[in-house]
This record gives sequence, structure tokens and C-alpha cells, in this order.
Amino acid sequence: MYGAYLPKKPRCALVLGSGALQIGQAGEFDYSGSQALKALREEGIRTVLINPNIATIQTSRELADRIYLVAVEPEFVERVIVREEVDAILLSFGGQSALNCGLELDAGGILGKYGVKVLGTPVETIRDTEDRRLFVERLNEIGVKTARSRACHSPEEARAAAEEIGFPVMLRGAFALGGKGSGFARTEEELEQALERAFSGGIPQVLVEEYLRGWKEIEYEVVRDTKDNCITVCNMENLDPMGIHTGESIVVAPSQTLNDEEYQLLRTVAIDTIRHLGIVGECNIQYALDPKGVDYRVIEVNARLSRSSALASKATGYPLAYVAAKLAIGYTLPEIPNGITRCTTAFFEPALDYLVCKVPRWDLTKFRGASMRIGTEMKSVGEVMAIGRTFPEVIQKALRMLDIGVNGLDPDAFQHDDIGGELQHPTPLRIFVVARALRDGVSVEEIHAQTGIDRWFLDGLESVVRMHVHLAELAWPLDKHVLRDAKRLGFSDEAIAAALGVIEKQVRDTRKRLGIEPGIAQIDTLAAEFPAETNYLYATYHAERDDVAPSWRKKIMVIGSGAYRIGSSVEFDWCAVNAVRAAARSGYETLMVNYNPETVSTDYDICDRLFFDEVTLESVLALFEREKPHGVIISMGGQIPNNLALALRKAGVPILGTCAESIDRAEDRSKFSALLDDLGIDQPRWLHVTDLSDADRMVERLGGFPVLVRPSYVLSGAAMAVAHEPSELRRILARATEVSRSRPVVVSKFETHAREVEIDAVADQGELVLWAISEHIEDAGVHSGDATLVLPPQTLYLPTIRRVKQIAAQLADALDITGPFNVQFLAKRNTVKVIECNLRASRSLPFVSKVTGTNFAAEAVRRMLGIREPIENNSLELDHVGVKAPMFSFSRLVGADPMLGVEMTSTGEVGCLGADLHEALLHSLFATGVRFPRKGVLLSLGPVADKYWFADEARILAQELRLPIFATHGTAEMMAELGIECTPVEKSDGNGNSALDAIDAGRIDFVINIPREYDKQGRPDGYLIRRRAVDAGVPLITDLQLARAVIEALRQKRAEPVSLVAWNDYLKGRHAAHVAAGPSVD
Amino acid sequence: MKLVLEDGTEVAGRVFGATKPVTGEVVFNTGMAGYVETLSDPSYKGQILVFTYPLVGNYGVPAPRATASLDRPYESDRIQVQGLVVQHYVDDYSHHAASRSLGEWLRSENVPAITGIDTRTLTRRLREHGTMQGWLIPSAQSLDAARDSAAGVDMQEEVFHAVAPTAVTRYEGGELTVMVVDVGAKDNIVRSLLARGVSVVRVPWHHRLAELAAQADGIVIGNGPGDPRQLQSLVEQVRQLLNGYERPVLGICLGHQILALAAGGDTYKLPYGHRGVNQPVQDLLTRRCYITSQNHGFAVRDGALPPDWEPWFVNTNDGTNEGLRSRLKPFFGVQFHPEASPGPQDTAFLFDDYLRLVGALARS
Repeated sequence: MYGAYLPKKPRCALVLGSGALQIGQAGEFDYSGSQALKALREEGIRTVLINPNIATIQTSRELADRIYLVAVEPEFVERVIVREEVDAILLSFGGQSALNCGLELDAGGILGKYGVKVLGTPVETIRDTEDRRLFVERLNEIGVKTARSRACHSPEEARAAAEEIGFPVMLRGAFALGGKGSGFARTEEELEQALERAFSGGIPQVLVEEYLRGWKEIEYEVVRDTKDNCITVCNMENLDPMGIHTGESIVVAPSQTLNDEEYQLLRTVAIDTIRHLGIVGECNIQYALDPKGVDYRVIEVNARLSRSSALASKATGYPLAYVAAKLAIGYTLPEIPNGITRCTTAFFEPALDYLVCKVPRWDLTKFRGASMRIGTEMKSVGEVMAIGRTFPEVIQKALRMLDIGVNGLDPDAFQHDDIGGELQHPTPLRIFVVARALRDGVSVEEIHAQTGIDRWFLDGLESVVRMHVHLAELAWPLDKHVLRDAKRLGFSDEAIAAALGVIEKQVRDTRKRLGIEPGIAQIDTLAAEFPAETNYLYATYHAERDDVAPSWRKKIMVIGSGAYRIGSSVEFDWCAVNAVRAAARSGYETLMVNYNPETVSTDYDICDRLFFDEVTLESVLALFEREKPHGVIISMGGQIPNNLALALRKAGVPILGTCAESIDRAEDRSKFSALLDDLGIDQPRWLHVTDLSDADRMVERLGGFPVLVRPSYVLSGAAMAVAHEPSELRRILARATEVSRSRPVVVSKFETHAREVEIDAVADQGELVLWAISEHIEDAGVHSGDATLVLPPQTLYLPTIRRVKQIAAQLADALDITGPFNVQFLAKRNTVKVIECNLRASRSLPFVSKVTGTNFAAEAVRRMLGIREPIENNSLELDHVGVKAPMFSFSRLVGADPMLGVEMTSTGEVGCLGADLHEALLHSLFATGVRFPRKGVLLSLGPVADKYWFADEARILAQELRLPIFATHGTAEMMAELGIECTPVEKSDGNGNSALDAIDAGRIDFVINIPREYDKQGRPDGYLIRRRAVDAGVPLITDLQLARAVIEALRQKRAEPVSLVAWNDYLKGRHAAHVAAGPSVD
Repeated sequence: MKLVLEDGTEVAGRVFGATKPVTGEVVFNTGMAGYVETLSDPSYKGQILVFTYPLVGNYGVPAPRATASLDRPYESDRIQVQGLVVQHYVDDYSHHAASRSLGEWLRSENVPAITGIDTRTLTRRLREHGTMQGWLIPSAQSLDAARDSAAGVDMQEEVFHAVAPTAVTRYEGGELTVMVVDVGAKDNIVRSLLARGVSVVRVPWHHRLAELAAQADGIVIGNGPGDPRQLQSLVEQVRQLLNGYERPVLGICLGHQILALAAGGDTYKLPYGHRGVNQPVQDLLTRRCYITSQNHGFAVRDGALPPDWEPWFVNTNDGTNEGLRSRLKPFFGVQFHPEASPGPQDTAFLFDDYLRLVGALARS
């Protein structure tokens, strides 16, 4: 029966990826694309993938046959279709980007022209779900209720619609990602503001809708096959009611406050709707449900894999993306086996005997000027998922997983000045405000009235708060029953210790002596109804015994990266997955610990055992004691596992690779600096801040402003900043000490006009075995995560390269490194100074691995496991150039200044290859959404020196590229001196002749703004120009060196279309030579 | 209180219902919502029910319904289970339709319930061992001491009388009349028929059926508790009824098993039954699949069907029989619950199909 109805399979299928991670579109699409590729490959179908996100798992040879690291744009897709003789395409696995690209391809007749079949949901159906008017019409046909809504193409139409529907109204952008361009308006005035923003973002259609604030927000994940079999895999309920984007909401699965009538009503509507629309594969349907009666509205249908479907997959163990891909080829649900039970089929609805809770992670404080409010637009950059048996247990676990310095739902975790206001106007910390209010005696009823959060959730939170208060009243040691109750309410040992004023270890020892330990339970999709071989596990204090016993095999535990955030995202997932694979290939059983539902590492078929649980000392120790692995790898998941090094080591856990003391020596600024001095390695002058009042004298000793302020032990430059004058310094210092009270703050000389160089390397017992040097295009001062990286370096002198390698070798030796490490350098004239050194996999590890064709992560793990095979290193002699470019999400962060600095602000990255730097750079910029100028370029160059540095490039723009130049005052004068024709414009608004007006009028489609000076609040000038450019979707460059590189690339490549070469072909020659050596990128 | 199983397993929990000691077969249900419907489903008569979903009581319970009313979400006029076992009872309910907590409802009907049990581990035990007899008794008491005092329901005969109505009830709904043979039929079977514009005559199974059947345009044999083979008198009545009967007959759950036995087939006990709202079945003719609501401990043996009957639906999880049809006459049976409640309404179309046939044959 298996495959009985299968139509002719495609020969070569193209999968569109989602590109760089950005707000609203993150790692979940690496998961879905990877599953789709796996499902296709099993069928013997040749697979081609287009995705410029080089750090993804899907862009590896193990998953796709041919990989193009280029922008997911119709132009490139068409060329790939022709070159690879593609006969089928999958659009629903790469998020909104892939879907929109597919719609364009179809509308342009390209799919028809080359006979490319769309697998899965047909394009007409996608269009029905994306175009609001069509959507409402289609649902009306079967009497399904949608929110009253008008699709408007102009502000006038929108005003009329608002009048008709009646205030308050909701505004949403059609064809938009993560609720971009949405908002709500209570008055005509608010409507005007919202409309201006919505339409200026380049959104062609805005929906004005009935406002359903306070209604419950419920989602269903629906799967349907070509034979019309249809199921709902999971439903989810938002803790935050309508009015907060589902991506910004705390979500639980399954729904908790719906009775059977409501549950089945929405399920039936979901199935009817999906059948009527004709979706094939997976989709998501969102509802508003009246909390006071049985009434509903369908909010939207996403005819593709989504963030919610990734969450549902992990929440239930049902592999939605894999199944969706099989259905797209033509299988029916009962023909696909259930991979978890292995004795049932994919046609079933999972029964959960646990619940999950998702909490978003925001990084709003990283953005200068960004609003702290959350609402109908998505701003979060990652999420966590906790699994347990009660709501208090999962919410506390989830809040710890966020890694925001809280040990659970602590009512005193943050300072709240205006509790009432914060309840009504949600911020990322609202859940803590609720806890505080409950602690202060505000009633559940009152909080419900203010927030619209269902009482059921508030009751759960209240039980946690009550225990908090109760614990604080008790004295150590605790009664066994109280301790058990606290653990079952999700309290960590650390939280209990804090409440009672004892140390964590005391609590742990007592707890274990009393026999209070978590049980390990399986996620088996069928609530234990059938025996399941599943390796998908979680820990809970509500389980009396373990479902599974540890095996006797020799095993390795890999700790994952946790929530995606700025500075830590899919690249560490790539590292973790490759670590697991390398260990498995070396014959070890592999255990994975991670809790991020957007990852591939949390797919249960990646490792032998997946513990979907916290990465804290407490949970890792509990798992370690149970499983007794041979060793634990903490260097492949970024900073969170890395920070556990010393504590784990002290608890007697064998850490594989570099020892914990060395890690501490590299992380602790004083120890590291002393080491550099011992080794005779140069470093920027620096000082410890001990006394804030002493700051001025310290600056003097460093040689004057500007200076760089940074705490130790941080990732992505959190709380790192440059100070240009005394008052700014004091403000920054105050903030830095607040962020990390227990860790010292360091002030160092900030070098200007220096090059920044990085080395990614693998060492074995202190010996350098593998390395790759990259340089930044931008001058030093731009955070390395926001910089444009070039590999191999194109402008460095040979002595510099030699020195960099030499220093890396010295450090490897001195710190006795085994495993991955990364060193960052400043290179100015002929001196090389070390800025920092991380003894763990770095953000750029997947990039260097894929550009050089040598898997650094796998090699690092092999070395940690003691496997020493000769390996060839030739990262300098490449026949191609790789460029890694950052992706920013400023357009989603209202008010944020899109300005680069020492603190990282990019949300994702791409990595593209080319025959030379110019080609690779153009590809990478294109892949981050930069469109090259055709109408006009605005130049606003700050410092005088910069203006002259830029003279040649300005000439190229005007004379060779023949682009009209607009320039702000000072820059225009310089242009005149140089004899370059330009239109002068004003910086600020008001007279009709400003840069802002020119952007609004569409005369400028490229902005180069190099800020000159910083105001009293430390804000660089030109904010209005930068912000307007971002709001209008006009590419913006704020770094002089990058601007020069881009213009040079444009000049070089202006004659012909940029070449298109598969990643496989770039590595072809190298690959043959490397297979023998062992590690290849996969 | 504590739960004691016949294999000696003992787990202690906290009481949230009545405290009287009870005994019954311990069964588990994997549904995640719908406890009001489930607890009032007469098929659970005499059983101690375990919910695998850990949180129970979230949305409370609506006000009691008036006597003789058929109002949702109740499936009968009382709680049918002998006792209830949950992982985590939620007393602070929240729902617009609720007026009391689950605990209040259980106490008002004197049904014992305990919380704080690791129901996943318990379920694994029941799955591995098969369903077992169990006792819900005070923690301090030994099983031997409680054995005699624990209230149980005799599953040989008493159970069928306990769930059946005492008299014939007629519900007006339209010109055509369907006779529902009631061995503990859920109210939603009646509601489903009424909603489609027919009248219903609800007849206790021990009533003389032939006369009323002759006046009806079709027969539905409803669900109920226990082993169908204990209902020999009903099987015999149905066998005689079918002989020469030309109008549509639909068996649901226990009714399906009765139909199979009456036709000359066989039934057997499943190791731990199907109880939940996610059971997948496939229509063997169209190959279409449906998610169904189920609650049964016995099944029809596929291999022992008389020659003029054929399997109709199959459970795609374990391959057991889920439906039968006569090759010659308009007689059908389904093991699952097309009336749902709780559970998915995917197979509600069976009522439409059935009544279409009733209408067509009545006209001819």
C-alpha cells in the first residue's frame, strides 16, 4: 500500500530557503527546509537548494545535491532552474521570502515557461491566502467567519474603511512578514500615524480590520494530502490575548482554557477551510475566540511551514515539515510511517500527556532609540520552549531558558516603577510585572481586567508567586514536602537557595538526599498508548520514574546554544549538529541538550538521545549523573554552555577539549592580558574600572578618548560601548556595571582607522592544526558580528598574516587548547594587537568551513575525542572569495537608530562566494536585501577626512555609474570643490528640500551616511536620514570602507550580470584533494 | 486516598472528589479536553478512569441540566465513571460557561477522584499489563480491608441495567422516526439525529423491540458499557429483528458489536482498549481516513464475519476492525463514535448518509 497512489516523481526539485535570519523569519526555516530536503532525498529525487544563509544545516551536501548561496530572488531562481534542469519547486519551506519569490516567479510566467511544477499547495491557493480580499471571499463561500476587514490601497480608502468598521480598528500589511506595518488605532489621529508608517514601508495593501482586543488567540496546525485526508496536528493557545502578535506572545500547547465544544468547533472550521482552499501539505490557521461566548473569527491562514509549525513539531514530536514534503510529492498521510512509534502512520492526531510553553526572547535594549513596547508587530529575535506537566512548571522553566538573568518567575527580578502602566502597555517584561502585581496583592480579577490574560494562566502564576513568598518566610532546611512542591512548581535549586539565603549546592545536596529528583519522560505522540522507541525526552518533577534507562554505550553529551538572540543564532546550531555528527561517526552514542524549538539540533533524528531541557548547571548535572557520558562538549553552543565550564568542572564533569581553567584564563580580562604580556603579544592598552569617580584619570592613562568599555564574559558586545567624552563615559560605565555586577568592567583605548582581522582555528593539545584568517571590510569599531567578513583576506600584508597565525599558535600552546577557538586582532600599519580570544566555536565557524571546504567543527570534535589524523590546511590559497555580510532588522524596530557600533545589532547573516571580492560582495549584499542604485544616491559624509577619502568613489558614482548625487551641506561643498555635480539637500525636515523629502519622493534609492559626531545622549547625527531610509526600504550604508568597497564592486561588475556558480562547483577542485584527508563540510 | 491495582501497584494521591472507596476496571483515556462529556458517557459505567493529559478541571463544569433535558455538554444525566484519577487537578477553573469546579461536580454526585498521580507511568503499566481491576481507597486502609466495602458495579448484568432508561421516550423532530436501542447511548446520538430533522424513539434494550421497530423507519443501536457477549438477550432480539428487516440499521460502538454478534460474528477483548479522540480509521472502500472519537474495550473479530458481511473501516494504528456492512442489506456498524462529543466530528457525515438512506427506503 505504501506509495500506491504516488504520481510520477519529479527528477530534480528546487527548494527555496528563507535567506538570512531576520525578525519574523528565523532558524525555524532551517529546520523545515532540512526536513524537506531529507524527505526528497529519500525518494531519490535530485535536490537543488537556493539559500544564502551559509550557517544553516540545510546548506550542506548531506542534505542537498546542489547548493546556491545566492539571494532568493526570481532573477537567480530562473537561472538556476535553467542550469539545473529543475522540473519541480517547493515554495513552502522557506518562510515568507520563499513564498513571495514563488508568487513572483509564477506571476512572471517563469514557472510555466520552463515547465516547473509547484509541489504541494498550488500557487492559486497561496494567492488566496495572501491576498486579503480573495481570502475573505473564499472563506465567505463556506460561511466561515473572518474579522470584518477592508483591503485598502491608499490612505483615503483606509480612512473610509475605518469609518465603516468603527474605531478602534486594527491595521495589517498584506504580503508582509511578522506583522510588518501593523498596528491599531483608537482615534482618527492614531489612524493617520499608523497609515503613514504602513504605506511608507512599501506595502501595497493595508488591511483595516475589526478590532478584537481581549479575544483569545488560538492556532491550529493542519495537514492535508492530495486525497483530501486532513488532520490537525496540534492546537496552541496564546497567553497574551489578541493585540499582541503571536510571535510576541507566550504560547502554550495544547490549548488550556477551551472546552471540547470550542476545541472541536475551531478544529472543524480549520479542516473545512483548509479543504476548501485546497492546501496540500502543512498550514497554520489563526483564530480569535470570544472569551465570553462561542464565537470566533479566522485571522489568517499561512499556507506554508511557519514559526508556529516548527513549534508544533517540537511540541508534539510530529515531523510536520518532513510529512509536508512527502505529501507534496504525492504520498497520502496513511502511507507515511510515524517515525516515533514506527508501528503507526502519519495519519493521526498526537495526544500529549504534557504541555509546552513558548516564550519569545527580545533584545530591544540593544537598539538605540527602539520602543520597548510590544504589540501587533513582531520584534522578538528568538524563542524557547519548555516541556512539563503543569503551567507553573513550564513557565518557570521557560523564563530561565531565556537567559535574561532570572531564575524563574521572580516577582523581584526587575524594577517596575509603574506597575499599572506596564500591565496595560506590554513590554518584554510584562510577565514579571504580573508576578509583581500578584505579589503586591493585586487580585487575579483586576489583572485580568487590565491585561486580558485569562484567569487560568493568572491562577497558575499566582501559585508560583505564593510559593515565592512562602519560601522567603521559611528557614533552611526545608521540609521534604515543601521542597517537592517547590520543585513541582518549577523552582530551580538556585531560586530556592536565593529565597532562603543558602547556596545552590546545599539545596541540591539536600534535595538529592531526600530523593527528590526529576523523572525523564518520553515525547511519544500518543500519550503512552503505544510502545514507542522515541529518544525525544524531557525532565519533570511530576514523573515518578524514568521512561528510559541509560544505555551502556560510550557516549558524548553536546550542549546546544539555547534561544536565538542577537549574537547567537543558527551558526551555533550548525556547530552543535556537526559536533553530534562527528561524534556519532567516531562511534559514540550522542546526547543533545537544547531547548530552542527553531533548531535542527532539537530534531530527534539528529542524535541518539535528545533532552529538550534547560542548559543550567542543575539540569546538565542531573542528566550527566544519569547518563554518565564519557565527556561533555560545551564549546559548540556559543556563550551559554561556555559559561558553565568552570561550574561543571568543579562538579566533576569531564569537559572535552580545552580545560575549564584555560577558558577562564581567556575570558577573564586581567588573566588574559597578563598572559598576552607574558607571551610578548601586543594588545590595546586597557584598565579595570574599580571606581567610577576615577574614570577621567584612567582615560588620561590610556591616551585620551575615544575609549571602549566592556564587561568580561559577554557575547555579542552586550553593554559594550565607545565613549568619546567624559559624561558619555560615566553613563556607559553605570550601565555596564548594572549589566554585570559580579564581573569586572574593562576600559581600553579605542583604535580608529585600524583593520580588524580574525582567525578561526582548531588546535590539538596546544598545537595549531586548522586555521582560516578573515578580514573585515569595515574599520575596527564595528562589532565583528555586524562586520562584512572576507575570506581569504584580500588586502592584508603577508607579514600581518604571518604574525596573526603566529599569535594564534602561541595562544594555542599557552592555553593548551584542544578544540575550536577564535582570536580577533587589530591591524594598523605593521602592528598586530589581540582584542579578544574565545576558546569555543565562533560565529564564523560555519562560514570558514563552507568557504574553505573543510569542516572545522567536525575536526575540532574529532580532536577533542583524541582522534588525530593528518589534515591539510589551505585556507589562503582559494580560487574563490567568500564574503559574510550581516542582515539587519531595523525596519521592524520602530525608532531604532540603524547605526553600526561596537554592540552587535544584526539579526542574521549571509555568506556568498564569488570568483573575486567584488562578485562575492555583490552577491552577499544582494542576499541581505540591498538593491543597487538606479535613481539617485544620497551622500552624507561626516568627518572632513572621510569626505576626501571618498572622493574617488564619488567620482565613480557620478561619472562612471552616471547616478545623480544628492549631498548634505558639507558633503555638497566638498563635491563642488572636486568638481562633481550634485544636488545639495538639507539634513533636517521642514523646507521641502531636505534629504528626507528626496527619499520620500523616490528620487534616492541608496543612502551613504557616515555620521560625524555624537550628541549629548551619545547619538550620532543624521539619525533622521538613516531612519527615513530604513523606513522607506532604501539601502543604507553607514561605514566608509564598506561604501567604498561596494562602489568599487559596482564599477567592476557593471557591464555583465553577476555570475552564478553553485557552492559545490567552487569547492570541486578542492574537494577531491580533501576527501582523502577526512573532514569535508557536511 | 490511593489507587491499588490488582498487580499490587499502589499510588497515593490527594482527594478532590468524594471519598467513598470504589472498585472497577482501570482504563485510560488520551483525550486532552472534554472531561465533562467523557465522565458522563455511560460506556464508562463501572470503570475507574485515568486521564493521560495531566491538567484536568481547567474550564470547570457548567450548571447541572434540568431533568429529562438533553443539553450539552452532558452525555447522560450523571457521572458514570466509578472513580477518576488525574495527574494534576485544577480547582481554579476559568470559563464563561462554567458555574462549578470539577471537584464540586464529583462531590455532588459522590464520585471519588484523586490527583497527584503520575498518570503517564500508570498508563504505561496498564498498557504493558492490560487493563486491571483497581481500588480507590483511603490511604490508611489495606486492600484486604477495603475489598468488601469498596463499591463496584457487576459487569455481567447489573451494569447494563444501570445505564439503560427505564421507559420508552419519544423526541419529536420530524416525520421519519428512528428507534434508538439504548444500552447506555450517549445523548449526542439522539441530538445528532434530532438535529437532522427526524423523530427519535429511545428504547431500553430490554424492552420488546420488534413492535416499535416495525413502526420505525430505521434503527440505531447505541453505545454502552461492558462485554457485548454478556448481552445475549439483546443479541438474540436483534438477530430476530434483522431477519426480514429491510430498513437501515446502524450500530455504534457496543451497538456495532451487538450487530456483529447478531449477524453471526464474534467479539473479543482488546488488551487495553481504545479510549481517546485521536483514533485514525480508514474507509476500506474509498481509502479515505478519518480521526475518530472512541471508547471501547472489546472489538469485532475481522476473521470471523459471516459471508454476507464485510469489514468497512479499519483502525490504521493497530489494524483492528472499526466498521462492518452487510453486503445484502442496509445494515452497518461502526466501532467509533460518529456523534463525537467529545472529539472530532469528522465522521458526523455518517448520520447524514444513514438518514438519507432511511428517507429513501421509507419513500419506496
